[in-house]
Amino acid sequence: MPHRDVMHGSRAVAEAVKLCKVDVVSAYPITPQTHIVEDIAEMVANGELKAEYIMVESEHTAMSACIGASATGARVFTATASQGLALMHEVLWIASGMRLPIVMVNANRAMSAPINIWNDQSDSIAERDSGWIQIYVETNQEALDSVIQAYRIAEHPEVLLPVMVCMDGFVLTHTVEPVEVPDGEQVKRYLPELHLPHVLDPEQPVTMGALGDPGYYMECRKQQELAMENALRVAEQADREFSSIFGRSYGLLEGYNLENAEVVLVTMGSLAGTIKETLDVLDDESVGLLRLRLFRPFPKEEVRRALANAKVVNVIEKDVSIGFGEGALLTELKSVFYNSGMKIIGTVAGLGGRDITMEHINEAVERAKRALRGESVEEVTWAGLKEEAL
Amino acid sequence: MKVNIAACVTEPGSSKRNKTGGWRVFRPVIDNKRCIDCGSCWIFCPDACIIRDENREYKVDLDFCKGCGICANECPSEAIEMVLEEK
Repeated sequence: MPHRDVMHGSRAVAEAVKLCKVDVVSAYPITPQTHIVEDIAEMVANGELKAEYIMVESEHTAMSACIGASATGARVFTATASQGLALMHEVLWIASGMRLPIVMVNANRAMSAPINIWNDQSDSIAERDSGWIQIYVETNQEALDSVIQAYRIAEHPEVLLPVMVCMDGFVLTHTVEPVEVPDGEQVKRYLPELHLPHVLDPEQPVTMGALGDPGYYMECRKQQELAMENALRVAEQADREFSSIFGRSYGLLEGYNLENAEVVLVTMGSLAGTIKETLDVLDDESVGLLRLRLFRPFPKEEVRRALANAKVVNVIEKDVSIGFGEGALLTELKSVFYNSGMKIIGTVAGLGGRDITMEHINEAVERAKRALRGESVEEVTWAGLKEEAL
Repeated sequence: MKVNIAACVTEPGSSKRNKTGGWRVFRPVIDNKRCIDCGSCWIFCPDACIIRDENREYKVDLDFCKGCGICANECPSEAIEMVLEEK
């Protein structure tokens, strides 16, 4: 039977990993790691999870060990955050290029310097083009559920791509929420056994990760792009079937109060909770929220449909492309709505764990409403910035 | 030729089908009259592209020779000349 409990987000992820019966976990346990891998280590030590736990000396090696293990056909998991994810950068491309269905949770935390470790999403946004599927979650329940869905998506024969489940560091990982933990039988029904088209096996030797010269490299990249396109459909399917077994579903994106909204705030991750709360207080049917859950592959058509009635969009995001003056999500939304006449502005918020308050959300709504009235507004603002400190 | 997922190589020796001689800028031309049959070119070629036939005459496998020029450099009797590839 599924059971309800209160737990940290990190614990919820560990419970999901246990339910998915992963074979190999490899992780580097020191800062900026979260207690996700600590909880898993305990489960392995207790015999609750029969997995090989490989402790390594860096995140680069953690991902490398996952790649090797995954290539043998094992189901593998790792977790990291900020600087740890950056240290994996090189091997992230190898995992995706070798089409290995590795699942990793990234606890979104700010990049140094200055040394920080609080929450923002600069770390995973910087890995946008590494060929990994990226799912951003709002709650601890969604983090748990998304890890289970992630294996289903990653291991689908028409996808075979690694998945990064991104959950806001501290805001989720270190926060206690009520979570329903599914039972093993449900997960067994949902997750078929893993079968890869090619595995490392001495009985049937193959070479993986060999040279792809200029004559064939582009075809490999295009295959990845096609697999990403398949992942959109597979993710939607995986979510629907998840709903039929577990009774919860999330979609590729989530609309809140969108029906009559002319002004829409767009965001990813736990900030959606604060925005929903603010909109409830605001009680204004002309203001809505779109929470993007799947960032890669980017559900362009779904976003266009969801925002079909919107006139002004304000993207609130916890990342910024320094030198371009705005966050990645704003840039991409403008690209999705190119030539459509939609007014799209942005708000950089919460960098390095700066609190994002309801006041900031209200300011973002106000600025969008001014734009709707035809007033000229700043295209990008930084919420709560201390101008006097600059 | 179809590329396997992630370019996985499932049969040994399949790289022979991928002709890489097109990378070459200079082509080795062997003058077998000057050749003293020391075998240096055959030994030093990093891509095993020097072929010695039954009459101990030397030829170059141009499907894979990348024109590095090591054979010409090593030849003690200057029997190998590197000639610019021109269409």
